[in-house]
Amino acid sequence: MNRYPLWKYLLLIAVTVIALVYALPNLYPSEPAVQVTPAEKTTLLGTGTIETIKSKLAEASLSVKSIDTDINSQNAVFHFDTPDTQLAAQETIRKALGNEYKTALNLAPTTPEWLTSMSAKPMNLGLDLRGGVHFLMEVDMSVAISKALDRHKDEFRTLLREKKLRYLGIKKYNKIPNSLILLFKDETVRNNAQTALKREYRTDVDFAKADTEKGFGLTATLTDLNIKNAKRFILQQNIITLRRKLNSTGLSEPIIQQQGLERIVVQLPGVQDPSAVKEKLSGTATLEFHMVDEGNDAQQALASGQIPAGSKLFKERNGRPVLLKRKIILSGDRITQASAGFDEQQMPSVNISLDASGAKRFSKITGANIKKLMAVVYIEDKYITKKLDDGTIHKKRVTKKEVISIAQIQSQLGKRFMINGLDSPQEAHLLAEDLRAGALAAPIYIVEERTVGPSLGADNIKAGFNSVIIGFILVLIFMAVYYKVFGLVANMALTLNLVLIVAILSLMQATLTLPGIAGIVLTVGMAVDANVLIFERIKEELKNGLTPQAAIHSGYEKAFSTIADANITTLIAAIVLFGMGTGPIQGFATTLAIGIVSSMFTAIFGTRAIINMIYGGKKITKLSI
Amino acid sequence: MTAKKTTTEKLINFVGARKPAMMLSALLIIASIGSLIVNGLNLGVDFTGGTVIEIGYPEATDVEPIRKKLAEAKFEAQVQHFGTAKDVLIRITPPKTDKTKKITSNEKAKIGDQIYAVLKQDNPNIVLRRVEFVGPQIGDELRDDGGVAMLLALAGILIYVTLRFEFRFSLGAIVALLHDVIITIGIFSIFRIEFDLTILAAVLAIIGYSLNDTIVVFDRIRENYLKLRKASSEESINISINQTLSRTIVTSLTTLLVLLALFFLGGEIIHGFSMAMIIGVVVGTYSSIYVASSSLIMMGVTREALLPPEKEGADELNELP
Repeated sequence: MNRYPLWKYLLLIAVTVIALVYALPNLYPSEPAVQVTPAEKTTLLGTGTIETIKSKLAEASLSVKSIDTDINSQNAVFHFDTPDTQLAAQETIRKALGNEYKTALNLAPTTPEWLTSMSAKPMNLGLDLRGGVHFLMEVDMSVAISKALDRHKDEFRTLLREKKLRYLGIKKYNKIPNSLILLFKDETVRNNAQTALKREYRTDVDFAKADTEKGFGLTATLTDLNIKNAKRFILQQNIITLRRKLNSTGLSEPIIQQQGLERIVVQLPGVQDPSAVKEKLSGTATLEFHMVDEGNDAQQALASGQIPAGSKLFKERNGRPVLLKRKIILSGDRITQASAGFDEQQMPSVNISLDASGAKRFSKITGANIKKLMAVVYIEDKYITKKLDDGTIHKKRVTKKEVISIAQIQSQLGKRFMINGLDSPQEAHLLAEDLRAGALAAPIYIVEERTVGPSLGADNIKAGFNSVIIGFILVLIFMAVYYKVFGLVANMALTLNLVLIVAILSLMQATLTLPGIAGIVLTVGMAVDANVLIFERIKEELKNGLTPQAAIHSGYEKAFSTIADANITTLIAAIVLFGMGTGPIQGFATTLAIGIVSSMFTAIFGTRAIINMIYGGKKITKLSI
Repeated sequence: MTAKKTTTEKLINFVGARKPAMMLSALLIIASIGSLIVNGLNLGVDFTGGTVIEIGYPEATDVEPIRKKLAEAKFEAQVQHFGTAKDVLIRITPPKTDKTKKITSNEKAKIGDQIYAVLKQDNPNIVLRRVEFVGPQIGDELRDDGGVAMLLALAGILIYVTLRFEFRFSLGAIVALLHDVIITIGIFSIFRIEFDLTILAAVLAIIGYSLNDTIVVFDRIRENYLKLRKASSEESINISINQTLSRTIVTSLTTLLVLLALFFLGGEIIHGFSMAMIIGVVVGTYSSIYVASSSLIMMGVTREALLPPEKEGADELNELP
């Protein structure tokens, strides 16, 4: 009685070994590090650069612990002892290398190679443990919808003109949300227009007759599907732009994720100054293409203050005045792609792609203006906050307009074209970045922020770790005293359970947060429950006069359904918690759920195996329980 | 024969004491609900929206000068120590009227940075330990989501327990659950302890824990109904509570041990969480002994109600020595 077949022991040993291996990387602490990468893909990160950094760091008496270099993937990681050295080192490296290289603060793992080769990696530490910024940003979708309406307005006009259906006007219709109203003089024309439009916009727009005193009306309402698509598009565009903006700030591992249809989560580990990042993220930028007014002198206009009709005075980045025609030939939201590269003469250039309607318009205008100058104006909206004396916060919108590029139109330009004549690859890179940023389609707001400073992060790790260890030891002592040999067996199971949880979390590459640690601690407390149930049952059966062997057997047997019931109900609660979808609670729920499942394995199967090994098949008169 | 043996053992008459226990529970619940109606909950920024900023000073510092400085800078802020005298927590709740103006969200997001800048003028050595900004729309959503999660958890459990036991058992479990949750939240309301997202997580964990405890007792009640054919319903229930008593106490003890470790060593941020859990575990232990089973008696659960689906179990029993 109470014997387990060999395979069950082998299974237990295998699980233990695998769990140990995959939990092991967490024992190697991450080190504060600075990652250096070239700003341009084309720049090489040579040994010379690394030597320069080394000597500069030595000059500043900052001791480097180790350096990981990877010439192929173009980055070097310098490890340091403390976060303070890390910060000072970043400053030093930045000064030494200038803009050609990006530096990013990093927490570099020190997992030995034999473990990484088995893809054993440590758990990720959440922002509350390592410090960093978490933003939840909301995209202003009213802008997205009004842009969609504008686009449809243009398209309706074109279509009606093509079909020779005369209309009086098209404008936004306030009585129905997300709709336009088209007015016609003639009822049959209106009806024909409705048929024509309906054929074209079957799933995108709903049309309905609505007569007003001004004429025969036709309302066009965007369908939910259409709005959803518009939102999705804008959100994607914002995510792309955010990613670019963040990459250009030299932050390591920024996480940008979509949440729902209107929100974006941004997580920036290791950021110490949230205000700077916020400035960078909150500004919206747009672009306008104008023709240069070559017939008048800008300097003269500036001096006299007399600006020719139809023109407007702008400034270049270097402060030089330029006169541009007022008419916008293209706006930034028509740009679908902009990237730095080289032209046929291997000179730096920026390649630009436009969307269909932008391309059509652009091709017409550039075709008529060959050999003339065209300017790109970068417009940035920033909000500047001022606190007035009476305590109210005053917000001012500041618009910065700047000519970032003037180029001669060489030929008729279409969907794809190129701006060349740039001085350096850096200039091309910056221009491309500005162009892309200018494509940002809708304003974006921070609706939630959680910043944890590095000092608090370190405290949290220490506190979390200590409480797990102390709580764990207390439980071990209690169990050993209360249940003697059986208690020790339960303790082994409990230890294995802890290792298993850590191993599973590491394998999942889950992010460990403070609530997650609380979940682990709680699981430790509750995992004992299964063993307590079994052991109490064995005690009872002994009291009822069963032999020790029979008591063990029936104790495990009878406790099982109770354990299953109890754990499944807790699991339901954990799953619901997870479904709630907010970060900190999800972390808690994940560890709780994993803990419940793994405790079922260790507390029932694990302890039984060991108990069987100790008592199974022997003649015993007394159990140490 | 086995049945006789258990009944002759010394039993604590829990079921007999159910009237005074119910009085106590009723009193606690009335106090909790009363306080929730009168005082409400001291909701944290997670739910109200607003800004919390934690600043670490190099040495112990008074909150009064900080309050003054912030008042001079026209910030309406609550300032208090957090954990140690070196740590200061500043809380700003935005006026409700801003809710409609989305555009100001970015400005509000900057309040934390502004406060840090103002305080840094006086003491350049301070460190920013934490900023939490929650826009009002997020606060509302979290509150709603929290309520929905709670209801969903209850529904899921109700269904599971009904399937495994019987409908009245699941009602009994829910009664015990509500009892624990209401009293825990009530204590937070009575003592005006801040209720934030981690406390909500704790409350949901308490649901799991309390249920775990109740189910263990119910499981035994079901077993004894089938085994002790001659005992009355009250007797069966009382025997079941007694049989599971040591398990109930041992598990609560081990859970409390780790929770106490969390409470004292886990740091300020999970202080509230561990406190809520400690309250919940204590109340949950009490309720699984007194409340859950008393409600079964009140609903008139009898052994017959459980008989049909348990045929196999009965057969198994006969085979036992």
